[in-house]
Parts: sequence; C-alpha cells; structure tokens
Amino acid sequence: MNKISDTFKHLKKAGGKAFIPYIMAGDPSLDATKGLVADLESAGADIIELGVPFSDPLADGPTIQRASERALAQGVTLRKVLALVEEIRKASQIPLILMTYYNPVFKYGIEAFAKEAARVGVDGVIIPDLIPDEAEDFLSCARQYNLDTIFLLAPTSTEDRIRKVVKASRGFIYYVSITGITGAKLAIGDPMKDTLDLIKNSTQKPVAIGFGISNPEEAAEAADLADGIIVGSAIVRLIAESRDIKDFARSLKPLTPNP
Amino acid sequence: MKLKKAPDNKGHFGIYGGRFVPETLMPALIELEKAYKKYMKDSGFLQELGLLQKNYIGRPTPLYFAQKLTEHLGGAKIYLKREDLCHTGAHKINNAIGQALLAKKMGKKRIIAETGAGQHGVATATGAALAGLECEIYMGTEDMRRQSLNVFRMRLLGAKVTEVSIGSKTLKDAINEALRDWTTNVRTTHYVLGTVFGPHPFPAMVRDFQSVIGKEAKQQILKAAKKLPDCLIACVGGGSNSIGLFYAFLDDNVRMIGVEAGGHGIDSGEHAARFAGGSLGVFQGCKSYLLQNDDGNVLGTHSVSAGLDYASVGPEHCFFRDAKRVEYTFATDEEALRSFALLSETEGIIPALESAHAISEAVKVAPAMPKDSIIIVNLSGRGDKDVQEVARIKGIEL
Ligand SMILES: Cc1ncc(COP(=O)(O)O)c(C=O)c1O
Repeated sequence: MNKISDTFKHLKKAGGKAFIPYIMAGDPSLDATKGLVADLESAGADIIELGVPFSDPLADGPTIQRASERALAQGVTLRKVLALVEEIRKASQIPLILMTYYNPVFKYGIEAFAKEAARVGVDGVIIPDLIPDEAEDFLSCARQYNLDTIFLLAPTSTEDRIRKVVKASRGFIYYVSITGITGAKLAIGDPMKDTLDLIKNSTQKPVAIGFGISNPEEAAEAADLADGIIVGSAIVRLIAESRDIKDFARSLKPLTPNP
Repeated sequence: MKLKKAPDNKGHFGIYGGRFVPETLMPALIELEKAYKKYMKDSGFLQELGLLQKNYIGRPTPLYFAQKLTEHLGGAKIYLKREDLCHTGAHKINNAIGQALLAKKMGKKRIIAETGAGQHGVATATGAALAGLECEIYMGTEDMRRQSLNVFRMRLLGAKVTEVSIGSKTLKDAINEALRDWTTNVRTTHYVLGTVFGPHPFPAMVRDFQSVIGKEAKQQILKAAKKLPDCLIACVGGGSNSIGLFYAFLDDNVRMIGVEAGGHGIDSGEHAARFAGGSLGVFQGCKSYLLQNDDGNVLGTHSVSAGLDYASVGPEHCFFRDAKRVEYTFATDEEALRSFALLSETEGIIPALESAHAISEAVKVAPAMPKDSIIIVNLSGRGDKDVQEVARIKGIEL
C-alpha cells in the first residue's frame, strides 16, 4: 500500500490537512539533514520533501538556488541523497518525496533510479521540469517500483493541461499557488482559486498547495483551500541562518479538529 | 530518412528535443506554437517581415567571393555569406525581429532575452525598440565584462540589462534567469530565445526565421557560380546560424560542417565541444548533447568567444549528426584567434570570434580541395564587439 495516499486518507478521515515541509538535502550537510528530518517529524510533518541539489535549478528562486549551491559545494549528489534516505529509514517511516530536476535522474538511468529509490524507501518524486507529455518512460519505471510521481499544476493551467496532469499524477497533485518560482510572494486570489476549483472538480486525488507559503497565517489560509500545504523557502531560509526550525514548523502545521 | 519532416508535433527531432519545462510555462508554449504556425502561413505577416528584412536588416546579405583568402589557402574557392553586414552586426537579428513581430501580434507588452556575446541581446533590444515593446536582457557577469560594448549598446536601445551573478555567470545562467522571469511574467511577456534550443517550438521556430540565410545563399551561388557549393561551414553555439545556412541545402549533395568551440582543447576539459566531449542529457527545455558530470550536473564551459560558450546544443543538430547529414568538429581558441587575424589581414574583414571558428575549419579543409570546388562559410557576425577582448588577450592596452 502506498504511504503518501495513506497519509492523505487518514488525515481526511480526521478532518486534517497534510503539512509537507521541504528542505534541501545536504544543506548545510547530509548529517544535518538527517537531524532536520527528525526535527520536522517531531514538529508534526506528515510528509517530507527532500530537495536534490542541481547545477541549474530553473524553477527555484534565490533562497533554494543558494541552498542548492551550498549542497553542491558539499559534494552532494543524487546518489548520496539516496544513501541518506536509506540512513533515515533506519529511524523513521515518515513518507519521503524527492524533489529533483530531471537531468540527474536521466543521467543516473531512469530504471536504475526508480529501482534504487524504491529500495531505499523513497515514496514519491517531484520533477519540476518533467511534464506528463515527456514522462512516458519515467512513469512506466516509477509504476513498476511503486514510486509515486507527483506532477504540478499552476494558475496558468488550462483545462486541457489539468486533465492531462491530474490523470498522470499519483500520490497527490502539486498545485503551484503562484505564477512564478519558489520563494515568491503568495497571492491567494481569484485566478488561483478558480484554477484550484477546476482541479478539484476533475479529480478525487488530493491536492496540496505549494510555493510562496511563508508564515502560519498563509499556511492556514492555503490549508483551508486544499488537502495539504508545502512550505519550502521559508524553512530553508532559517536553515541558512543556522536557526532552529522546530517552533516555526510547528506553527505552520494546520490544526486538525480531532487528532 | 526525411530530415525536413522533423520535428513531430511534440517537438521531437528523433529522440532529441521535446519540452522539459515547468508546467507553468506549458500554456505559453502551446500558445506560442499556435501563433508561430498561424503567422508563418499568414501572407500579411510574411510581407511585413520581408519588408523589414530588406529595408531594416539589410537583406539579402551579400555572398562575397574571398579571392585573397582563397589564393592564400590555395584550394577551394571560398565564399563568405556576409551576415556580419546585417543591421546590428550578426545573424541574430533575423530571429529577433521575427520573434518581436510575433510577440506584438500575440499582444505581449514585454520581451525578454538571454545573451552571451551580447549580439542576441542587442538584436532583441533593437526588435523591442522597433516594435514598441518593453525589453529586459539577462546576461552573466562574466559575459558583461568581456562584452561591455554590447552592454552599453543594449542600454542605448532602451533595454534594461540585468546582471546574472549566480552559477557560472555565463550564458546558461542567463537562460535560467530568463526562464524564471518568463515563468513569473508569462501572461504579458514573450521570451525571445536566441538560438535553435530550448523547449518546442523554439528550435523549429528559430530555424525557420534563420533559414533565410541558406535560401539566399543558394540563389546567390547558383547565380555566381552556376552550381551548388561543395561544402558549407558554420560555427555552432546553440546552432542557429549554422542551421540557417544548412537548411536550404539539406536535400542537396553538399557537405556540411558545424564547428564547435574547442577552447583550450578537449583533453583540457575547458571547451564547449558538446559532440566531442558531451553525452545525452536534458537541459533548459530539451533533450540534447550536454557537457555534464557523472551526477548529471552541468559542467562549466570555456571558449574565447562568448557566443559559443554554452553547455548544450540545438536538438536538431544531434538529429542531423545521427543521420550523418552534418559533420561536427571544433576549433580551439588559438585557431580561432589566428583566423580572426587572418581574415582581417587578407580580406579587410574583422570577423566575430564565433565566426572565426568557422574560418578555422575552412583553413583546414580548403587547401586539399580542388580549385574549382566551392566552400561557403557563414560569416555570422562582425568582430567589432571582440576587438577589446582580443587586445586584452594579446596584452595590449587600448
Ligand atoms: C556572431 C555570432 N555567431 C554565432 C553565434 C552562435 O550562435 P548560433 O550557433 O545560434 O548561431 C553567436 C551567438 O551569440 C554570435 O553572436
């Protein structure tokens, strides 16, 4: 059974929303990431996204670009992130998603990647520069190893695109709340809500909102609209300043009426 | 194989090309593809573009018989396709004007572009001024230093030039930044990509805007020599001036050679020869040859010419290479600098350092060819922009 879908199912029963923090693996070090994952889990994370550093993160704003640079400077690679997941799995069973650009996966070999990711205990992958139209080979490998592939939608998405993405996405659908890159300012307005309504009307799959959520108020507001929220840059920024993330993470966690 | 049938409707040239972009951009790419398909068949649009090509860019550019260079090399007759005489000094304007016009038809208010050598930035700023569009150009810190003249030209033309100081601070980083801008401002902004690269429809669209080079050259050589050339040579950065020249000759019995930047040599690791030193990858919107490490991170590149200093290459070039239709080789910095001097001295033409790479290949192949054979070299741009950098390399203070 799939852990990501399970998590959403359980939360839904309890009237809760998923809290999905994102951190860059290897920023400031792989060892630190292990500790941060434990911190996030104890702060109430339901699923954790681990970023894989890449030389050219074109969907990311400055905060995550710098985190990626720091991790690369530590020699962090996709291979090492997979090994880190294997380490983490000795202590935690929290659902883990890798967020990686496509080229490192392509270079690794998509079948080899899917196999190894599943073996070490990765539950899903988000590849921001892989759209369903180009994902046929990847999806067949991911399915074979029961790895969820989570695709993205945006406020610019047309009904055509929504249909396609909703069909291909497994685990949940990642709704990019803003027309822009990670770390930009959240704008919960009509265009965003309209597209979100279109998405929700076309699928039973859970929808999580990400990009731009930076404080508890925004987290609560976004959580009201969807099945989960994803917070990245705001947490990554604290890590960059060597500050504790537990209290902040706890404050982002959407309240569940009867936990 | 029917080379001219490519790409398919998803932008694939065989196994290359495609669309590897954030979902946010997909509607814009689909909109662009529709507009491009519509206007490339629209007689009004084509007439407007044709007039601008003639009266504004200065087309047709001459096909010049380089007699002294020919005599110097002692073999094939060398003709130069004089894209250096285009308005703004390089072939880049052919594409920039086409896309600026298209952006205007699409109702966009703003155009953005990346630039390496600064030529595409200048061309786009020019197109923006002409079409009355707002313009922002992204350029790496390192390129701004070595092409400072072009930075000033863009500003004179009313464009905002934004420095990109992350990553390797060169062309690829400028493209990342332009793609981020486009992702953010996609509703009002068109991204004028400068070469036959990126997500579909850019590779095909830029090729179509540049293919005027080869169409003219074919007519001109048939008129001048009463026969087709034996060989075409062009430098390959992203690959737009080369495809622009080659495309009209694809079905003819003509040898074609693309010349990449060999930098300090392939073994040094400091080069931009994607075919000689790269492998299949996915980068900045398409699948193509890529200079990357074992972990799939993109490697830094080096070339004396900013316009060839890029880690990947147009997907259609990979397709032509697999089909053995086009040969790809490289010229080193040193060879390019020698050709830069050679053409200046023999013909009184200072070539762009990019184009000097193509001249270097002519220097290699012409002597062994019969005297009645013909080579056309695409002189993609003029060297004014490079004079300062060449002086610096020679240790001369201006
Ligand atoms: C004069 C000149 N030639 C060639 C190039 C390389 O680009 P492409 O391979 O797309 O023609 C450039 C790029 O800036 C250029 O300025």
